[in-house]
Amino acid sequence: MNDRSDRPAERGDAPSDKQRARPGSPPMQAVPSSGNEGHDPSAEADRSPAPEARERRTSDPVLEELVAHLRDSRTQMREEWARRISDAELLGVMSDDEIFSEATEVYDNYVDALETGSVETLETYARELSERIIPRGVETDEVLGVVLLLRDVLARALFTRYEGDPAQLNRVLDAYEPAANRIAVVVGVSFVEERERVIQEQQQALRELSTPVLQLRERLLILPIIGALDSARARQLTEQLLGAIRERRAQVVVIDITGVATIDRSVANHLVQTVEASRLMGARTILTGLSSEIAQTLVDLGVDLSMMRTVGDLQGGLVEAERLAGYRSGEIEDSTRIET
Amino acid sequence: MSVAILKQGDYLIASIQSDLSDTEVNALRHELAELVGVHRSRGIVIDVAALDVIDSFVTRALRAIVLTARLRGAHTVIAGISPDVAIAMVQFRLNLEPLRVALDLDEAVVALDRLTRGDHEDEG
Repeated sequence: MNDRSDRPAERGDAPSDKQRARPGSPPMQAVPSSGNEGHDPSAEADRSPAPEARERRTSDPVLEELVAHLRDSRTQMREEWARRISDAELLGVMSDDEIFSEATEVYDNYVDALETGSVETLETYARELSERIIPRGVETDEVLGVVLLLRDVLARALFTRYEGDPAQLNRVLDAYEPAANRIAVVVGVSFVEERERVIQEQQQALRELSTPVLQLRERLLILPIIGALDSARARQLTEQLLGAIRERRAQVVVIDITGVATIDRSVANHLVQTVEASRLMGARTILTGLSSEIAQTLVDLGVDLSMMRTVGDLQGGLVEAERLAGYRSGEIEDSTRIET
Repeated sequence: MSVAILKQGDYLIASIQSDLSDTEVNALRHELAELVGVHRSRGIVIDVAALDVIDSFVTRALRAIVLTARLRGAHTVIAGISPDVAIAMVQFRLNLEPLRVALDLDEAVVALDRLTRGDHEDEG
């Protein structure tokens, strides 16, 4: 390296070294400051994978040399890394070939990120990778373990290379550590974010699946409720039911709560409100499947059920619903209120 | 006036086009009471589908219209309460009892047919 010759002048200059050693910090923070020596550069990098940091492209000769070295020993490093992954029994769900090809991708992205200080590409790749491997059951600790292994493999290689020159090793590590930390954080965070996104999607799907409104006959709907009701779900349920009443022009709705284990005051009130709102839409509601426990709870709570038509089980509820629908076509129905 | 009142056979159909001020609600109430006598109507449908809000004042006015119309010999059915309005009304405990409600205009007319046939049977 040619530029090494003019380095000694800089060598004693601790602040500028520090400054160079922080590719992760935003430009505004990279103001040369003599009071900054005690600052831990890796902590800085951990805390601020800020977007504006991307703009800072390194022109650090130490980092350049490091990157060149990592590029030269690419084959050897990735093999070492893949071997260590297998040894540690990480990513057990993936074949060795898969691990090797993913390792190659990650390695190249990793070196690029070291070189440019920009983690954007790596971040995108990490997200895509997470998308591929999460459904196969790869755990967070495996992903973190793999990234930390790469860090370890590279660090060891650096130690071996600069064994005879502790001062140079120090400088290389100053450049390498913060960037490596930041990359590890980015990959870990990408994985966790992807996981959370998957979980949220599933929760959404569960919420939608959990309240099906079924049409049994012309203008007769069934709403089976299974599992715990909280106020969010109850609200969603009410909205879905009312939407379905309008869309399918329902006359009668049977709400079956056989699958609801317990009921409290707020849930009971939600049910009463649902029934009442359905009535305002011109539909009559029959509530079925109240267990003896729930019935007693409702009575003890003093919930006003005078507006509710209740029938013991779904079968009885359907008979009643058909009676109501048939009754309505031929005869006079003065009010939708029930006689209790 | 943002309420169109149409005469359809024996029935009056009051179609509310937009949210009403309190004055307009009162005007509607007087006009319906008047028209029931003029046309000798036997039923009224009040279509509230265009209303984004039904507050306590409107609720009270609707109830008053229903009771007034009944005294003048007509049944009333409220039609077209939207799901959002229904939820809001329930949450604010606005009760339309003993008003009759129907999903839409069609249903309301069917309900009125039933109610007025009842009157005939009572008379007969």
